[in-house]
Amino acid sequence: MNTAVTIAGVELKNPVMTASGTFGSGQEYGEFVDLNLLGAVVTKGVSNVPWPGNPTPRIAETYGGMLNAIGLQNPGIDVFVKRDIPYLKQFDTKIIVNVCGKTAEDYVEVVERLGDEPVDLLEINISCPNVKEGGIAFGQNPKAVEAITREVKRHAKQPVIMKLSPNVTDITEMARAAQEGGADAVSLINTLTGMKIDVSKRTFALANKTGGLSGPAIKPVAVRMVYQTAQAVKLPIIGMGGIMTAEDALEFILAGAAAVSVGTANFHNPYATAEIVKGIQEYMAAHKMEDIRELIGAVQ
Amino acid sequence: MAKKKKTALVKSQECLGDNVFSMWIEVGDMAREARPGQFISVYSKDGARLLPRPISICQLNRDNGELRIVYRVAGGGTREFSEYEAGDKVEILGPLGNGFPQVSQEKTVLLIGGGIGIPPMLELAESLSCTKQIVLGYRDKVFMNKEFESYGEVYIATEDGSTGTKGNVLDAVREHGLTADVIMACGPMPMLRGLKSYAHDQGIECYLSLEEKMACGVGACLACVCGTKDVDSHSNVRNARICKDGPVFRAEEVDL
Repeated sequence: MNTAVTIAGVELKNPVMTASGTFGSGQEYGEFVDLNLLGAVVTKGVSNVPWPGNPTPRIAETYGGMLNAIGLQNPGIDVFVKRDIPYLKQFDTKIIVNVCGKTAEDYVEVVERLGDEPVDLLEINISCPNVKEGGIAFGQNPKAVEAITREVKRHAKQPVIMKLSPNVTDITEMARAAQEGGADAVSLINTLTGMKIDVSKRTFALANKTGGLSGPAIKPVAVRMVYQTAQAVKLPIIGMGGIMTAEDALEFILAGAAAVSVGTANFHNPYATAEIVKGIQEYMAAHKMEDIRELIGAVQ
Repeated sequence: MAKKKKTALVKSQECLGDNVFSMWIEVGDMAREARPGQFISVYSKDGARLLPRPISICQLNRDNGELRIVYRVAGGGTREFSEYEAGDKVEILGPLGNGFPQVSQEKTVLLIGGGIGIPPMLELAESLSCTKQIVLGYRDKVFMNKEFESYGEVYIATEDGSTGTKGNVLDAVREHGLTADVIMACGPMPMLRGLKSYAHDQGIECYLSLEEKMACGVGACLACVCGTKDVDSHSNVRNARICKDGPVFRAEEVDL
């Protein structure tokens, strides 16, 4: 049985990876899951300098989901390169570094620093709804998507995945713009902007007022966007948004995703990633599938 | 020490009044590994409630492999927990967090709990062999106060004055002229702020157990951070993770 998939020339042993921001750089969940089992670990977003993130409360549970407004807190590229990459290098899994920035120069600085590091792929976060500058500012306008993609590609040594926002009228426009700019792959969806109000205190549940909605509540939206994007561009797609089980992951693959990211599920079940890998193998065995690639985009 | 997620067995459930519940659960090795001041994540059986509820460990029975949590019903998740009966199963993850430090025998310690911050002070009281004075603060109705009596003198403060000193825990400390080498406390933020400032003024070593909305509970998601005086070695900014680096911090290390 073959579970390996290829994203921009990088072969992953299976299509299951972690969603940026939910898994740190792997250390914390490494206590629960053998990281060698995963197709790739996608790190928490890293910027050129340390970012302190937003005030608390930073999260709130919602029905079948959660809102977060962490604000891309991260230790900066120096600590990340010294501490987190060597940690991940111990495992037989691919390393995908999520990169965030406030300006094009910020992104380029991080991408250049990673050029000589043992990193397999770069995921460029142009879709975080929780930071005012950068992040989503690049992700909601096709011209800006194309420009930032081109700029990053000009400096990147590793293949580039552009992470797209669902908070747009037509996500396929953004995917096409990323393709036009030279992206090697796209990942989608980032969180949907939402809000929760505590009626007993009459306050916002999050200090940031708005946050990004994730979890099973958003899965149908994400599957739909992956399907539409798969019809619109030739790029490989990494699908995510509310994947809790192997069946959920398979929905994304059938819709056209070559790989999937598991995010919020980790908070509900720290073993989720490994269980999804196993569940996909069981599905393939039960359906006498020889090669997972036959499933990609195979919905009828 | 290995933290793990497991299915535990509810041994008993009791309402202590005022929406406060006490539940003993059979957890096996976790009871032997856990320390006072640590917490567990408790998962709802309702798939629409994705996030575990962090609840402090109130008591450990290492011989029987049992652990007690005392919690207040604050929403749908904790209401669900309060309806569990002996024999029911419950998903938990733990033990989590750092816990309170040990205090040497010759020191004196003031253990201070406020509201639903009182439960973790019980296992701490049991584990410390030094001289202890215990101060418990409530809005109105008292609970668990009798359980502390075998560990030291217990002083009570209530906001409405119905039991003990009328006012907060610091009013009780002042009224009785209590002093100690070390303060250890858990409770609402205004109480912790007051204690931090009091301990600083009096030159008393002070440890505070903090609370914040959490998602992962294991240090990955960076939801439950607390401002710190110095740059934290993990975050490389002035933020520590309450779930992993805490929940117990030296008072002077954190911005409250």
